[in-house]
This record gives sequence, C-alpha cells and structure tokens, in this order.
Amino acid sequence: MTPNSPILTVEDLRVGFPTPRGTVEAVRGISFAIGRNKVGIVGESGSGKSMTGRAILKLLPGGATSAVKSMKLGDTDLAELSENEMLGIRGKRISMILQDPKYSLNPVMRVGHQIAEAFRVHHRASKAEAEERALEMLAAVRIREPRRVFSLYPHEVSGGMGQRIMIAMMLIPEPELIIADEPTSALDVTVRLQVLAILDDLVSTRGIGLMFISHDLNLVSSFCDEVLIMYAGRIVERCPAAELHQAKHPYTRGLLASLPRLEDGHKRLRVLERDPSWRDEPIPAEA
Amino acid sequence: MTVQSFERSAPLRSWLLAEAPESGFQAWSQSFYLAWLRLAGNPLAVLGVIVLLAVGLVALMAPWIATHSPFEQVLAERLQRPSAAHWLGTDELGRDVFSRIVYGARTTLYIVGLVAVIVGPIGLCIGATAGYLGGWVEALLMRITDIFLSFPSLILALAFVSALGPSLDNAIIAIALSSWPGIARLARAETLTIRSSDYVDAVRVMGASTPRIIFKHVMPMCLPSVVVRVTLSMASVALTAAGLGFLGLGAQPPTPEWGAMLSTARQYLLEHWYLAAMPGLAILTVSLAFNLFGDGLRDMLNPRS
Amino acid sequence: MSSLTDLAPPRPVRSRRPRWVLPALRGSFSIALTLLGLLALTFFIGRVLPFDPIAAVVGEKADASVYETVRAKLGLDQPLYVQFGLFLRDMLSGNFGRAIFTGNAVADDLRHVIPATVELATVAIIIGCGFGIPLGVAAAVYRGRPIDHAVRLLSLVGHSVPIFWLGLMGLIIFYAWLGWVGGSGRVDIFYLDAVPRRTGMLLVDSLLAGDWDVFVSAFRHIILPALLLGYSSMAYISRMTRSFMLDQLGQEYVTTARVKGLSRRRVVWGHAFRNVLVQLATIVAISYGGLLEGAVLTETVFAWPGFGQYLTTALMIGDMNAVLACTLIVGLVFICLNLITDLLYRFLDPRTR
Repeated sequence: MTPNSPILTVEDLRVGFPTPRGTVEAVRGISFAIGRNKVGIVGESGSGKSMTGRAILKLLPGGATSAVKSMKLGDTDLAELSENEMLGIRGKRISMILQDPKYSLNPVMRVGHQIAEAFRVHHRASKAEAEERALEMLAAVRIREPRRVFSLYPHEVSGGMGQRIMIAMMLIPEPELIIADEPTSALDVTVRLQVLAILDDLVSTRGIGLMFISHDLNLVSSFCDEVLIMYAGRIVERCPAAELHQAKHPYTRGLLASLPRLEDGHKRLRVLERDPSWRDEPIPAEA
Repeated sequence: MTVQSFERSAPLRSWLLAEAPESGFQAWSQSFYLAWLRLAGNPLAVLGVIVLLAVGLVALMAPWIATHSPFEQVLAERLQRPSAAHWLGTDELGRDVFSRIVYGARTTLYIVGLVAVIVGPIGLCIGATAGYLGGWVEALLMRITDIFLSFPSLILALAFVSALGPSLDNAIIAIALSSWPGIARLARAETLTIRSSDYVDAVRVMGASTPRIIFKHVMPMCLPSVVVRVTLSMASVALTAAGLGFLGLGAQPPTPEWGAMLSTARQYLLEHWYLAAMPGLAILTVSLAFNLFGDGLRDMLNPRS
Repeated sequence: MSSLTDLAPPRPVRSRRPRWVLPALRGSFSIALTLLGLLALTFFIGRVLPFDPIAAVVGEKADASVYETVRAKLGLDQPLYVQFGLFLRDMLSGNFGRAIFTGNAVADDLRHVIPATVELATVAIIIGCGFGIPLGVAAAVYRGRPIDHAVRLLSLVGHSVPIFWLGLMGLIIFYAWLGWVGGSGRVDIFYLDAVPRRTGMLLVDSLLAGDWDVFVSAFRHIILPALLLGYSSMAYISRMTRSFMLDQLGQEYVTTARVKGLSRRRVVWGHAFRNVLVQLATIVAISYGGLLEGAVLTETVFAWPGFGQYLTTALMIGDMNAVLACTLIVGLVFICLNLITDLLYRFLDPRTR
C-alpha cells in the first residue's frame, strides 16, 4: 500500500433502527475515505456519527440494520465478510477507542491482563511475552510505573490513566486504522490535551489512520487534519481543518458562529437556528 | 374492520403516537397506550390473562358448569375411570372428579384473592412507612421482616396453620402472614430511592405532613413494582395453598380443594393415576397463568430495550 | 506534569487490624440478635398456643397428680422468662430435649434426618446449577431466538408446577410404569443398615465402604426426588442467570472485548460471565435455602426420612421441643447462607475490597 492510498473507503453507508413508529434511519448514505491522516467526524447527538463507527466494525446494537455499497479496508471489502472473518479484522486491522474507561474496561480483570489479551488474540505468544508487550505499551502511553499499574483493577485508576490504558489496549495489535469514539468526552478538561497528545504521537509515528468522532468542533478542528460535519445522518460539509472558517454549509457556519469567543463583542450568544431543508435538500458541495 | 372505521381510528392512533405530546393528559394516555401495546405484543402474557379470566369464569359459573354436586357421594360408583357419565371419573367416595375440580377453582381463587387483598396494602403501607421514616422504626420493622424471611414461606405458613388449627380461613391467614414481609421489603427498597428525590423535598418544603407525603407521593411510586410482585406472588400463593391442602392443613373435607384431592389420590396412585393427574394440572394452570400475567405486567410497567 | 493525575490517591496508613475483623464482629452480633429474636418468637408463640404439651405426654385422661408431676418435670410451672432462660441454657449445651413422636432425644433425631436432607439438597443443587447456568447463559446470548423462549418456558413451568404433584407423576411414570428408578425411601429395604454410618449420607457412605450395590440402590432412590428439586432450583437459577447475563452483555466492556476481536465464546464466558459470578453465588445460596421448602413436600411424597418431614410432623403434632430445635436449625442455615454469600461477595468482587 502506497503511503498516500486511503486505508478505508466507505461508499453510501446506511444504518437504520426499528421503532414502534417505523424504521428510523440514523445514517442516510454517507461516503468518505481515510488515509494515514486524522479525520474528524463532528456532529450533535443523533447525527449518526457513533453509528458510523460501529457500522464499520459491524458492531451495531441488536435490531439495527446496515447497508453499504462498498466498505474497503485496503483491498478487502468489509461488507462481504462473515462474522468469523470480521474477528480477524477487529483489533488486528481496525480498533476502536471507547468513550468512558469507567465502563469500557472489564471491572473484574486486571488492566494489564486486558491489554495482554488484546495482543494474544491476534499473535501467537506466551503469557510472559504478551505481558512484556503490555508493559511496553503502558510505557509508550507514558504511564510511569507500568509494572505497578499492570496489576491494578479499572476502578483503581483515574480517568486519564484509564483512557491511556484503553489506547494501549487498542494499539497493541498494531492496527491500520483506529476509530476513536468521543475518546476525551468523559475526561477532565485538563487531562484531555495530555491524552490527545499521546494519541497523536502514537498515531503519527506508526502511520495509523485515525477516525476521530466527537461533538466538540473546536477540539476536532485543532486536532485533526480533515473535518467531516454530519447532520441528520448525512455529511453536510467536508474540508481540511485549516480551512474550516471558510465552510460553506449554513449548519457549519451556524455552529462556528455559536462558539463563544473571548474576543467577541456580542452581548448575547448566537443560537443556531435550524433550517428543516438541511435534512433532505441535496448538499451543495457534495463530492 | 370496515374502511370507514379504520379511517376514523387513524387520527386517534396518530394522536397517541405523536412525538411531542401537548398536554399532560395526552402524555399520560400515550404512555398508557405504549404500555398496552407492549402487553398486547406479548402473546404469553395475553395467554395468561385469558386463562385467568377463564378460570375466574369457571369459578363464578361453577353451579352451571359442573355436571354433578361436588359433595354427593355414591359409594357404589367409587373409583370409576373417566366416562361419558363422569368426565374425569369418580374419587374414592364416589364423587364426580370433574365437578370437584370445577368447584375447587372457587376455593383456590378465594384463597389467592383474599391473600392478595390483605398482603398488598398492608405490605405496601408498612414498607413505605418504614422506608420513609427511617431510624428505629425502619430498623425494627426490617428486623421483624428479616425474622419472617429467614423461613421459607411454606414452612412459615405450615407453622401458623399448625398453631391456629387447620381450616380454610386459618390457611388464608397463615399464607398472608408469610407473604407480607416480601412485599414490605420491596416497598421499603423502592421508598429508599424515592425518599431522597427532589420532588419529595419540594412537597415537604411546601408543608405537607408526613402521612400525606407517604400516602399521596411515596406509595403511588411504589405501586407498579408492588402490583407486579403481588401478581407474581399469587402464583406461589396458589402453590402454597395447594401444598397446605396436600398436607391436610388447608380447606378441610368435604370442601373440594385441589391439593387435598391430590393427597387422597396418592393412596390410589398405582391403579387410578388419573385421580392425581387432573387436580395437579389445574394447580399448574392457575399458577402458570399468574406467572405469565405477572411477567407481562412487569415488562409492561418497566420496559427494558 | 502527569504525576498528579497518574496515580489514584494513596491509601491512608491503617492500624494492624485486618480489614475484615470489624465487619465480621458486626455481622456476628447481628446474627446472634436475629437468632435470639427468632427463638424468642417461636418460644413465646409455642407457650401461648391453645395446645397443651402436657396432655400430649400423659394423655387426655391422666389424673391431677400425674399431670402436675409431669408439669413440674417439664418445667412448665415456672414463669415464662425463667422457662426461656432455661431453654436457652439447654440449647447452648446441645440439649434439645426429647421428641414426643419418636421418643428419642431431639439431637439424635436431627443427627439422622439432617444428613438425609443435605444429601438430597446437594445433589439437587448440582443438577440445578449444572443445567440452570448454561441454559441461562444460552438464553441471554441467543435472546429472542427459540432457545431463549424454550428456556424461559421451562423456567416458567418450573416456577408454576406443584412439586408434590410432579413427584407423584414421576413416581407413576418412572417407577411404576418404567421401573427405571427406585420407589419411596432412601434405599431398598434390605440395604437399610448395610453400610456403616459415617456421614449419614448414603451415597458417600456406600462409596466409602466400597459397597457398589448399596450405592446403586441409593442412587436409584435419590435420583427422582433430586431431579425434581433440581428442576425447581434450575427454574430460578436459569432465570436469574439470564437476567444477569443480559445486564452484562449490554455493558460497554463487552463492546470493548468484541472490538479486540475476541470470539463470541470468549466474550461471553471470559468477560461477561466472570462479572456475573458474584451475583450467581448469592443466587445459588438462596436457591439452596429454598430447597428446604421443596424438601418438605418432596420428602412427604417420597417418604424420605429427612429434616423436612421431621419438621412437618413436629409442627402438626405440636411437639415444642422438636419444633424449637428445628427452628433453630432453619434459622441458622439461612443466616449462615447469608453470611457465606456476603463473604463470597467480598472475596470475588475486586471492587468491594
């Protein structure tokens, strides 16, 4: 794979849920590509951004249905793989960092063993080897005293450390792509930047693609290379992070305008006014 | 349904399913309708309701459904196999088994109904009061329920009936005495989560007296769980009643009672096994129906995705 | 920079006393209090009853002097609280008095009947767990599919069926018609005292004595009542297992495990089930206690000379010595079970340490 070819290309992804009122489509035909860069997907609750991440890994909650024209990881079309074959993709080629380490780590298992397990699933290694690797990863995410932390239980670590453990766990099998689903939303503001710095470092040095899902436009625009804005299940804007202030779609402009800024002289915060046409009207700058 | 009636009901249905209710009444009706849909979509629960209604009907219409009197002994015709004259055969005293089972439904439903009516309100009151007042009242009441709960309910009922003397009414008292602690505990647990809510604080600040708070605000919140638990416990009450009857401690002869019928059938088991089969199936049916209905109620009142 | 946020706050230095001592003391005190309350309740109810224990000993037609002698002998002329005190003293020294309906010392009777029930209950709980836990897990994992419905139906019927009726039907079908199992009692009559009594549990004793025939006979007699009791505990265990597993399978860490690429079996058993173990231990303990209730009826149907039958007879006759002793045993059993589950909870769940 050449350094510039995309790692993941998704074409026309749709995800739906059955409800008593009929099928609700959470994702309504989105297409995008991720290379060895950091792509941010920004949207509000209900925009379908989390479902996108889960649909790629085929980990949608029960009852949900998904359809896609093609979902290519390198040369493999994920859409055509069986559940068994997906076991070889998850962790090994695509990983996902979940939001809150309080809930996303197994409470009755020591964190070190959870990391080692992630390694042993995809590589033949003895228990001792896997433990060594886990300790290396703990050091790589800048945890001091890796040996002591290895034997801790999830409830004994702080939020920032827990998320770093999650990162270690997801990076240890050396995937090609990482999906980060709101990785810093559950963390204290002071800790966020540290965790992001670690993630940034690891992802760049190892050439891993990153799909960063968040509701925080500021965070994404400063952290990622490219930004995709989702609204009501569709991508309404895509642009490089540096050019975000030149965004064209009224939703994006509304979001940008409602971000409070210290330098602003306005007496009232601007509130985003939704236009119902954004739901279904064809998107002006669609690739 | 004709096309016209369907069209007439469509606006009602869309009112009930609207996304944003515009009045308290509409919101309340919507949650009721959705709960009803959940119940109706649960075929087993519906089956339970139907069976219970059927059993109730049988008990009510017993004199018209039974083919013979349940007390009439015709010793010349004892222990006969099922036939056209006696649909389920006759027992050891020549009484028609079918009629005894039909009348037995009355006995069982009488016991179950009375116990539910006693245990539900009393357990709810005691539990809610204990949970809300806290302090030594709660400690004392919970210690008492602990003592009761440290016995299996059948043994407790057995003890009470032995003490009071075997009879139908004593059996009811005994079963009620052994069932109320479970309800009280549940009500207390629910109250504990409610008592620190903001709306309870608000009502207290407004000057509501303690009894008013407990009765008007706390107890209604406990009601769904208590109703579900009482319904489910009716199944085990039916079983306990039958068990007491089996041990000879429930309704006394000649009152037809399914458990007692099983006890006498035991002596004739080898030759006349059908005498034992039918009363047991009747008990099973009633208990199963209560369980199905109770499960359905639970899903209906506390939906989980 | 990261040092402040790295570590969880350090633990304050504690005294040398281990952490479980205080809770254990508190627990024991609480147990003793509950037991005392239990005994007091039973004692005073017994004395208040319209039932006359003296008449039970001397018969209806004894004359006054005999009546009075027996009354003094039984200590019934003393004030109530003195009687209770004497009773407690006797109980603590293991003297439970004499049972009216057997004529033996109650302590001796208990020594015979308790192992019989323990044997039955233990086999039953093994069956209940052996079937209940895997079925509950399967029902949760394959939720909504046929196996889920089948397990739930099976569990529902188990909750609803009168166990004594099932015992009768079982006896007819498997004993009278098919001859696959033994009939009433613990063992065929000619094996009654064939093996020396070591534990009181025939399966164990016959194995210890190397007597295969007795073992087979004991097995054939225990299997049907144990299956029945096992079925009723299986109903409860499978339903609770399913409920717990459903809870766990909806948790985020299960998603994490799947994201790691673990096989479904590993996710279910290695992750979700490990979180269920603690609650399951409690359920099994409760179930074991609940078997006592089932034992009362089952032992009657199968003429099993166990604790349930003993208690029932004592209650129906009004033999206060036996009833009080049995009450103590039942109370102790449940309280012990509570204590065990509490300890297991602390031991198995790292969050409570």
